[in-house]
Amino acid sequence: MNGVHDLGGMHGFGPINPEANEPVFHHDWERRVFGVAIAGFGGGYYNTDQFRHAIERMGAVEYLSTSYYEHWLAMLETLLIERGAITKQELDARREQLGREAR
Amino acid sequence: MSDPSHTAPPSDPELRIKALESLLVEKQLIDPDAVDAIIETYETKIGPRNGARVVARAWVDPEYKARLLADGTKAIAELGFTGVQGEDMVVVENTDEVHNVVVCTLCSCYPWPTLGLPPVWYKAAPYRARVVRDPRGVLLEFGTRLTEDVEVRVWDSNAELRYLVLPQRPAGTEGWTEEQLAELVSRDAMIGTAIVPAQGTAS
Repeated sequence: MNGVHDLGGMHGFGPINPEANEPVFHHDWERRVFGVAIAGFGGGYYNTDQFRHAIERMGAVEYLSTSYYEHWLAMLETLLIERGAITKQELDARREQLGREAR
Repeated sequence: MSDPSHTAPPSDPELRIKALESLLVEKQLIDPDAVDAIIETYETKIGPRNGARVVARAWVDPEYKARLLADGTKAIAELGFTGVQGEDMVVVENTDEVHNVVVCTLCSCYPWPTLGLPPVWYKAAPYRARVVRDPRGVLLEFGTRLTEDVEVRVWDSNAELRYLVLPQRPAGTEGWTEEQLAELVSRDAMIGTAIVPAQGTAS
């Protein structure tokens, strides 16, 4: 499938800037996204191909302006809602509630 | 926002994963202990030290090296490294004539059992876009300068296949033990953006 994820040969992304002694995760939320996504395979709601495809379906701007684990997070939200594990309404409500509690 | 007495509000992804995880746990769709165990495994147990052991073994044992190049998956499993994202491994050997570099232009396919989780730059647009077009320039950014007579081969991973570069054993390591050799092998040397430098003082 053609899409923005097909980056090979594209120009204009600038230097690579490898980070010395990079940690496995940079934020605790990245740890949780990784763990939940891998544990989620066990639930049978998605397989690796669906996982990858859900990331490839992201909009070009969102794809290029967000990080790797944000891609995973978007994938999880998309697939778990599509596959009926959770509803968008309950996810939105929970997010709002947690946001209020954190203030 | 500008009141310094308040701690920063949680970031957007922080809230989103918290909401998602709490719902999945309530519905008993995931086990939080399993999530913790997965995180711990990939943060502390699986990483490029595994791949370094494979490389060091190949450097000291020609028969192992032959098996590794013939069937990477099987030879790597001999050392106990198996599992997701390592089901179909191809090992490519650097020589005086050929230098190999690995990328995944489409996403971020990477051999987890031997190298752990990939670094940010491997997953980001600049490397994925450019290494297939200008590999020598990319290698220079990593401080790796190849002479013009060395052929550069770039291997683009796909959904099933994962590549591991077998770097050249450096000069000055004659008689070293496997353990000593493994210490020299960096993650980047097994991706192909670095080489393993010669040891000792150059004469």
